[in-house]
Amino acid sequence: MVKQRELNGQNDLLLDVQGLKTWFYTRDGVVKAVDGVSLQLRRGEILGLVGESGSGKSVTGFSIMGLVGERGKVHADRMMFDGYDLTQASAEQMRSLRGNRLAMIFQDPMMTLNPTLRIDTQMIEAVQAHEKVSRRAARDRSLEVLRMVGIPAPEARLKAYPHHLSGGMRQRIAIAIALLNSPKLIIADEPTTALDVTIQGQILYEVQKLCREMGTALIWITHDLALVYGLADRMAVMYAGHIVESTSTAALIERPMHPYTHGLMASIPSLGTRGQPLFQIPGSTPSLLNLPAGCAFRSRCYRADAQCAHAPSLQAVGEDHLVSCWHSGEQT
Amino acid sequence: MSAELIMQVEGLRRDYVQPSDFIDFIGRKLRGQGKPPPVQAVMGVDLDIRHGEVLAVVGESGCGKTTLGRMLTGIIPPTAGRVLYKGRDIAGLNSAARREYELAVQMIFQDPYSSLNPRMRVGDIIGEAPVVHGLVSRAERDEYVSSLLRKVGLDPDYRERYPHQFSGGQRQRVGVARALALKPSIIVCDEAVAALDVSIQAQVLNLFMDLRRDFDLTYVFISHNLGVVSHISDRVAIMYLGRVVELAATEQIFARANHPYTQALLKELPVLSAGKRQFDPISGELPSPANPPAGCAFHPRCPMAMPKCRAERPVLQEVAAGHWSACHLNDAPAASKATGPGTPVAGTQREDSPHTETA
Repeated sequence: MVKQRELNGQNDLLLDVQGLKTWFYTRDGVVKAVDGVSLQLRRGEILGLVGESGSGKSVTGFSIMGLVGERGKVHADRMMFDGYDLTQASAEQMRSLRGNRLAMIFQDPMMTLNPTLRIDTQMIEAVQAHEKVSRRAARDRSLEVLRMVGIPAPEARLKAYPHHLSGGMRQRIAIAIALLNSPKLIIADEPTTALDVTIQGQILYEVQKLCREMGTALIWITHDLALVYGLADRMAVMYAGHIVESTSTAALIERPMHPYTHGLMASIPSLGTRGQPLFQIPGSTPSLLNLPAGCAFRSRCYRADAQCAHAPSLQAVGEDHLVSCWHSGEQT
Repeated sequence: MSAELIMQVEGLRRDYVQPSDFIDFIGRKLRGQGKPPPVQAVMGVDLDIRHGEVLAVVGESGCGKTTLGRMLTGIIPPTAGRVLYKGRDIAGLNSAARREYELAVQMIFQDPYSSLNPRMRVGDIIGEAPVVHGLVSRAERDEYVSSLLRKVGLDPDYRERYPHQFSGGQRQRVGVARALALKPSIIVCDEAVAALDVSIQAQVLNLFMDLRRDFDLTYVFISHNLGVVSHISDRVAIMYLGRVVELAATEQIFARANHPYTQALLKELPVLSAGKRQFDPISGELPSPANPPAGCAFHPRCPMAMPKCRAERPVLQEVAAGHWSACHLNDAPAASKATGPGTPVAGTQREDSPHTETA
């Protein structure tokens, strides 16, 4: 088992990641998908990790789970999860953590589900992989979590194959499998992006209820700021492999300080923006291959000046409010 | 904006028959079954599209909105019903008039990755059709393509590039330029911004509005995203299982949604404001169009379903000026109307403090 580290009074901190760097070595050069990300998560806390495609938000999740492939090199100054040092954990130790204390929900539920096996086979297997229990007990546990995620007639669903089920139902099963061993932390990577709005609402409702009832911490990775507002306690905005702003949800909505966050919020279309052009951030997200030094956002930023050629670091601008910008401040 | 009708749709229907192979045919014969019943993707839609407006068609996946869009552009023929372009039925057009219609109605697709031929240069993708149809001569082609690329915000030097050399947002701009190349009057956008990031989506939405002004365009904007629809559209048609269940001006829909389905959709609309949100979803999923429920298709999910809803399908009727809705609650006596349609949506319920559970 992973060696248990001394918990020096910080045991409300479930996840503590400092200076996470995940670099991919390709033929064309080094892709710094995640370049110095620090995250802290308390028990039972919900963190919304927001960013556009290519911002490194999914790779951050994969790095914590230890699911980065061979080409990627994960390095962190510190990566503590529930008393375990993830930087020191062997492949075998990570395996015993994954699906047990640490679980992940993917965008496509078919990444979790095996199309050739019945749901009961897959669920019982997941329980028995981590715990020595009878098949019957494992099956009972499966039924229990299926009920928790709001699946009607769970006994019948256990006998089904994944292709018998609709997309929303499959995603619920994937969530149920993540919950099987009562994890301390769930990392959800855009789990509702492929679903209809009404089904998305149902999934959000179930997830919110489960996290409150079971005290599970959650990292909800998404590109949709408006979606996580209603769900998350804290938010972190990512851009080009860095966290550019991180604070409580309320503070982020009321006083966004980073120009990128301003732009993201202003570019959401709504009834209030009718008849006027939407605010637009010029250009597009930069390629992470050989990214030039300095602030990665400076080519699209309306506040950029000569100082931005030097990379800013995360600075506290208020209580529990970190911003990585030389010109941070509310939108004028 | 003039109220002149540019396109009308009357009783449009589209069936899909499951293709059946020889083995399947024998199997059905042995089991004494007949042909499989056709799946009705669109079951009778009437719409008027006014010149210069943005008409949004909103619905969940499987409601038939894409099939409707494809029938408007003439990509697939309707099983029954008529599409009228400038007052004339497109089924009875002679070849010259048919060509005029086909050029005038263009489509922009959802996926900018699969809707561009990966083996053609951008200059050919945009320039091929206008040359073939004689809108520009071969000699003028490069100049024409360059001017279109500039209009959609791309560098004219990109003519020589292939689609894989562009980002998703840039590809969608190429798709827009391709549609514009034929000087259309109607553009059908099928989830045209759904695959784009928020910041890129804002750029493309602004581009749509600029082009509408510059080229006097009419848009049919097919989308599932009510946020985008509330920003861009003039009128909204809500579709459920192959039928339009509510149709009204955008302000009407968002302020006084009549149909319970529309009200449920609006509740799911993410809003930017502080405070935790109590998610309160409607239960169930869109029923299969192969086996639609009797009566009102929404009744198994409807919180206000009555016995009548199971027996009889409500028809689209005008509940206020220009506001159409298909719901039995509108024929109910005035007393029960207080809780029924017509009541503005309560909006998203919010909690004041983050960790309290409301009953």
